[in-house]
Amino acid sequence: MGILELHDITLELGGKPILNDLSVDFWEGHVHALIGPNGAGKSTLASTIMGLPGYTDHSGDILLDGESLRGVPVDERARRGITLAWQEPARFEGLRMDRFIAAGAKEKSRANVERMLTRVGLDPERYLDRKVDKTLSGGERKRVELASILAMEPRIVLMDEPDSGIDVEALQRIFDALAYFKEMGTTVIMITHSMAVLEHAEHAFLLCNGHILDKGSVDKISGYFANNCIPCHHENEPAPEEEMITA
Amino acid sequence: MSDVATARALLESLGSYGSHFAGDDVAHLEVSGDEVVGSHLVPGLDVDIEQIDDGIEAHIHLREGVRIANPVHLCFGMLPTEGLQRIVMKVDVDAGSFASVRAHCTFPNAIDITHKMDAVVNIAPGATYEYFERHLHGAEGGVQVVPKTLVRIGEGARFKTEFELVKGQAGVIDFDYEADCDARSTLEMITRIIGRGHDTVTIRETGRLNGEGARAVLNSYLALRDDARAEVYNTLSASAPYARGHVDCKEIVQHRAFAKAVPIVEVSHPLAHITHEAAIGSVDSKQLQTLMSRGLTEDEATDLIIEGLLS
Repeated sequence: MGILELHDITLELGGKPILNDLSVDFWEGHVHALIGPNGAGKSTLASTIMGLPGYTDHSGDILLDGESLRGVPVDERARRGITLAWQEPARFEGLRMDRFIAAGAKEKSRANVERMLTRVGLDPERYLDRKVDKTLSGGERKRVELASILAMEPRIVLMDEPDSGIDVEALQRIFDALAYFKEMGTTVIMITHSMAVLEHAEHAFLLCNGHILDKGSVDKISGYFANNCIPCHHENEPAPEEEMITA
Repeated sequence: MSDVATARALLESLGSYGSHFAGDDVAHLEVSGDEVVGSHLVPGLDVDIEQIDDGIEAHIHLREGVRIANPVHLCFGMLPTEGLQRIVMKVDVDAGSFASVRAHCTFPNAIDITHKMDAVVNIAPGATYEYFERHLHGAEGGVQVVPKTLVRIGEGARFKTEFELVKGQAGVIDFDYEADCDARSTLEMITRIIGRGHDTVTIRETGRLNGEGARAVLNSYLALRDDARAEVYNTLSASAPYARGHVDCKEIVQHRAFAKAVPIVEVSHPLAHITHEAAIGSVDSKQLQTLMSRGLTEDEATDLIIEGLLS
């Protein structure tokens, strides 16, 4: 039994099925990767697990520690240990970084906030008094997002394309954070299109047309990258017949 | 109640007791209703006060070249539940001088109080005058705040003012500031207000960039909930070359609250430039969901977002 179990999840958005009878278990303390073409349902799955508005009207069930999350709102899911790192994190006009990071932190002290900033490679002296607003670059904002999640000490962290829009140095910090999550026993579920990120996972799942098409070791699933990640016809990314590869 | 006890009670209601009396080099003045209940001045700062019907008339004079290192603290307030406090103020800031004033206005028990301020401020060339006005109202919102200020900013001078009311219920606020800016002067007006209950807020801010290279920014940040209403009229005009200005109004509206923003920009010289921006809406859903995904309740997340906006 996994820490997080999804049973027969089907979700329609705008009358179109996005998640299609999807079932998957995620194992406690393990790093999982979700790969698949654009429109496969990866981000929708993360939003559904988080219980974001608009993603709760699904069939099937999501169990945390064997207990259903049906009807459990976002903030309560977070208090039970689930959180989400957005692909493009929100920016907050005027909100100081220390207030943002401390808001959801388990330990709200300034010293802890400084530790978390240092852990993601941001100098507290330079960043602590800055605002979480548009003056931050995309990479800086991603690192601040990660710092706030590290401070929260979640049990399960959903990471939606943690590597998008960041430079090599920031990417290394994300890998460091993944190692830290692993050390802390945090369950990680990350969505990625990157082979470099996938290599940091222990288990991988191939999502296509809203359901799990394949799963297994990273070596096994990474083969789909090598084959252009087009194991089947996907309606959002139709591939020429000669490029089709069967799983 | 003695003057000292009244002054102490006013300051304690602000939660900042002690900062007014930090030392001999900190100037302060405390006015309860129509009585001066405490004061201390520093060299170069003159204050003449006369009692008038329902208030005081104050002439504040900062002498030429005097630069006051520590903020000057003013405290205006009333402890009773009802009454009128009228402040007529004339401020003369002489050339090359500097002062930063923190005005604390406290009406902790207000049920039916009117606080009127009529101020004329003259800032001579090369001087800097900062005026931060923070209001603390009680839970009933029974205060009518009517500040009216005319400012003349001389060549190369700087005026910055902030008005903040984020604790307690605003009541009725009818705010009217006007400033005329000479060449190379700088004007900055910032308003931060949280409206609750049946609060009614009207803000009129006007800046006239009359001199070459004059600059101004008018910023209004409001968060309204319950049945609060706010109307913001920000006007900035530029009639001289290289005058630059920006008008910005952001309002968050919740529940049944109502907000209206009317930014007016007028340019009558081809080398002048003014921009404006106004945004009214609910709390940003992505910001809200981000904070809720860290375990904050919707109310906690909303308060933090508003805290940032009004910071």
